[in-house]
Amino acid sequence: MVHHTVVPSRRVRRALAAGLAATLLLGVTACTDDPEPAGVGESGTSAPDGDACRPEELPEPIDPAAVADADLDGTTVTLATHDSFAVSDGLFEDFTAETGIEVELVSAGDAGAMVSQAILTAGDPVADVMFGIDTTFLCRGTAAGLFVPYAPEALADVPDEYEIATDHLATPIDVGDVCLNYSVEAYPDPADAPQGLDDLTDPAFADAFVTENPETSSPGLAFLLATIAEYGADGWEDYWADLRENGVEVTSGWTEAFEDSFGSGAGSAERSIVTSYASSPVVDVLYSDPPRDEAIIGVVPDACFRQVELAGVLRGTDEPEAAARLVDFLLSPPFQEDIPLNMFVDPVNETADLPEEYTAHSVTIDEPLTLTPAEIEEGRDAWTERWTEIVLR
Amino acid sequence: MSGRRLVWVLVALVPVAFLAVFFAYPMATIIEHGLSEGSALDVVRRRSTGRLVAFTVGQAAASAGLSLLVGLPAAWAVARVDVPGRRLVRALLVVPFVLPTLVVGAALQATFERLGVDGTDGFHLERTVTAILLAHMVLNVAVVVRVVGTHWALLDPRAEEAARVLGASRRRVLREVTLPRLAPAIWSAAGIVFLFCFTSFGVILTVGGPGRPTLETEIWRYATQRTDLATATALALLQLVVVVALVAAVGGAERRAAAAALVRRPVPPRRPVTARQRLAVVAALAPAALLVLVPIGVLVERSLAVGDGYGLGHFRALGEETGTGLRVAPLAAVGTSLTYAVAATTIAVVVGGLASVVVAHRGRATGRALDVLLMVPLGTSAVTLGFGLLVALDEPPLDLRTSRVIVPIAQALVGLPFVVRSLVPALRSIDPRTREVATVLGASPARARWEVDVPLVGRTVLVGAAFAFAVSLGEFGATSFLARPDAPTVPTAMFRLLGQPGAALRGQAMALGVVLAALTVASVLVIERLRPKDALGW
Repeated sequence: MVHHTVVPSRRVRRALAAGLAATLLLGVTACTDDPEPAGVGESGTSAPDGDACRPEELPEPIDPAAVADADLDGTTVTLATHDSFAVSDGLFEDFTAETGIEVELVSAGDAGAMVSQAILTAGDPVADVMFGIDTTFLCRGTAAGLFVPYAPEALADVPDEYEIATDHLATPIDVGDVCLNYSVEAYPDPADAPQGLDDLTDPAFADAFVTENPETSSPGLAFLLATIAEYGADGWEDYWADLRENGVEVTSGWTEAFEDSFGSGAGSAERSIVTSYASSPVVDVLYSDPPRDEAIIGVVPDACFRQVELAGVLRGTDEPEAAARLVDFLLSPPFQEDIPLNMFVDPVNETADLPEEYTAHSVTIDEPLTLTPAEIEEGRDAWTERWTEIVLR
Repeated sequence: MSGRRLVWVLVALVPVAFLAVFFAYPMATIIEHGLSEGSALDVVRRRSTGRLVAFTVGQAAASAGLSLLVGLPAAWAVARVDVPGRRLVRALLVVPFVLPTLVVGAALQATFERLGVDGTDGFHLERTVTAILLAHMVLNVAVVVRVVGTHWALLDPRAEEAARVLGASRRRVLREVTLPRLAPAIWSAAGIVFLFCFTSFGVILTVGGPGRPTLETEIWRYATQRTDLATATALALLQLVVVVALVAAVGGAERRAAAAALVRRPVPPRRPVTARQRLAVVAALAPAALLVLVPIGVLVERSLAVGDGYGLGHFRALGEETGTGLRVAPLAAVGTSLTYAVAATTIAVVVGGLASVVVAHRGRATGRALDVLLMVPLGTSAVTLGFGLLVALDEPPLDLRTSRVIVPIAQALVGLPFVVRSLVPALRSIDPRTREVATVLGASPARARWEVDVPLVGRTVLVGAAFAFAVSLGEFGATSFLARPDAPTVPTAMFRLLGQPGAALRGQAMALGVVLAALTVASVLVIERLRPKDALGW
């Protein structure tokens, strides 16, 4: 058909040639090799500590006494959150009634996008308080000078292990575990389900496991970190090579893994084990359709990675006292008790009562795996790059 | 003469100022910021970057080619044949545009399962390049059908008839008479589809899986997950260079394509008479219709699946606020989306309309530069622009960082190219003699334009407006950066509902998707009913 239509075909060719020229031009310049990713443990001279997470200059801390005394009636604070943030309606209105402080919310995509955006505007922030920076991004945020130190009095009710931010630059608010979930329909007897990370490389579980890409998904990254915490710098690469050998499936995001491949726990689905959360059974029961009393999703308690979510007062805020008061509120029982059924993670404040609907089906993880924010920041880019080579190439 | 010149300057000023403030300035700011952090050249010269560009361009070009292949026959059928329910078919075609990628992905997945190509028998389409191309066709076949179809309906059929009388075969008429005259519209559609697929994000990640990054997904990953702005910016610059080169090439092809005279009213479509004609219509429409109707069908089916049977439970739940993880009832998101979409469409039509006049009639440098500039936002990554807006617009009078106004502005940037690409081919096709006649009869140049151009291109404006409307209803990338959590749009609300376990929430998300789809069809039907007031009264 082409060679008869002389006029258009010449145009087609000219347009294609122009496009091709542009592509070729890029091709010609593209002639260097990619930089070798640094291997785990090679780059650092010593074990990383909290120092790497300190900003160049530590701002003057906010004084809790000044916050308590300040008259903040009529002020407005803006709270930046990630897109998984949820609270019951009316909760912030109660805070406003009590303190006179209006709360405005801004969202900034997922946790990574939120932190990157804040780093871009560090010192001239869009909001006054950030909620939702977690263990995996914390060090990056504090080192970039996002926050002003503030230690709320209620920290006395929070276990020390959750105070992972250096110099009180951020306050722990909630804690959650990323765990292996399995379909109860596929493994009716819990003894047949995987008991830990080791089992996933067992041929008995060949082609049964789906997880998320750590480069694009937060639970995916948490699972990679779990394997690094478990097998160490020398062992995790072999473990993933074995996982690949055993037919692990990788998706870009949680929804594709959990809902498509894992079929939300349906025994007939493609995959019967997935990387998800310790609270999956709670959500499964609360939002199942048709309603059911027992979850069809089981949790493997020995392969969980623990993440703390924190809040911090953003450096450059015009309302440091009001911002600090909002952080107080986030750590107070009214907000803490609202967390479980909205965000499906545990509050950190030990005086907060957990709703019965939540405790009835949630799984308590006694010995979670974890890494410090400094370790994660130090290794992360090299780990995910190695992971991509091992699993996707 | 200088007075006329001043009018042109004023007409050009609106789109130029809009693009300068809300696109060029933010982009320049973020690129400058990124370049100050590291060398762009190192990134650009990596071997993997070359592969990345090749794959990105390749999949977009293939998607555009395939969309044309499926879309052109359907465009003919919709434009020239009197099929019952033509309006509805045309409106339905736009629906995939507003469906979140997750839904299109899930629909493809469900279809693959039915067809047995989900990997259970060894042959699988899931997470392959083929799946990416299929999804892109679902999303973009509407662009071809509507942009080309509208143009086709306005082509004077006498040229074809004359060729037939002179003994040319049907095939030859198509090749030598019809296609050359359609070329401007075909290039327009191809350009838009290419850019849309070039910056496709959700399809690449969801349908393509983790092993097939494109420039767009890599820019997002470096900017948000790695906070490596230097690399992200280098890739964004590269993206910009490729987009400008390709837009300029396609624009040139569109300009060189012979503009054919359009008729004032659409040519009345003919009813198929013989069995052979009916068969031809079915064959022309079926591929495009299947591509679009299957995902819609899957969406409707899932929204109605309640418990073990079917019912309207998920729709009822949309009005309730509790337990969705959203701060508002899901239905409230519909109101938010509509408000943003109306605002964004108005901006896109006004700015795009003025810009099209400049592009079409001020050939040479100004017009061409503006033409390229208008298309580039569609080929720019949402995260680059989102971050750019954030860094650039941080001081009064333009401290729009937390303002609601920023959402429709960002959506209008994406909608603009649709308005312009629908209008420019039509404006170029207006016979200047018609306007000259009006001037000779005593009309001022402005009046001549108003009386001649507006009625002639009114229909194509509406095609562009309908797309701009649908695009802003369905826009997710930029909106997710800019919308407020207490005022989610339908796509961001659906994303939220789909992002948690629980069949009930998934059902609600699907029901919300059906509401959005129905709303889109209704809006498109209404938009198409609007007619600019016309002295000749068609």
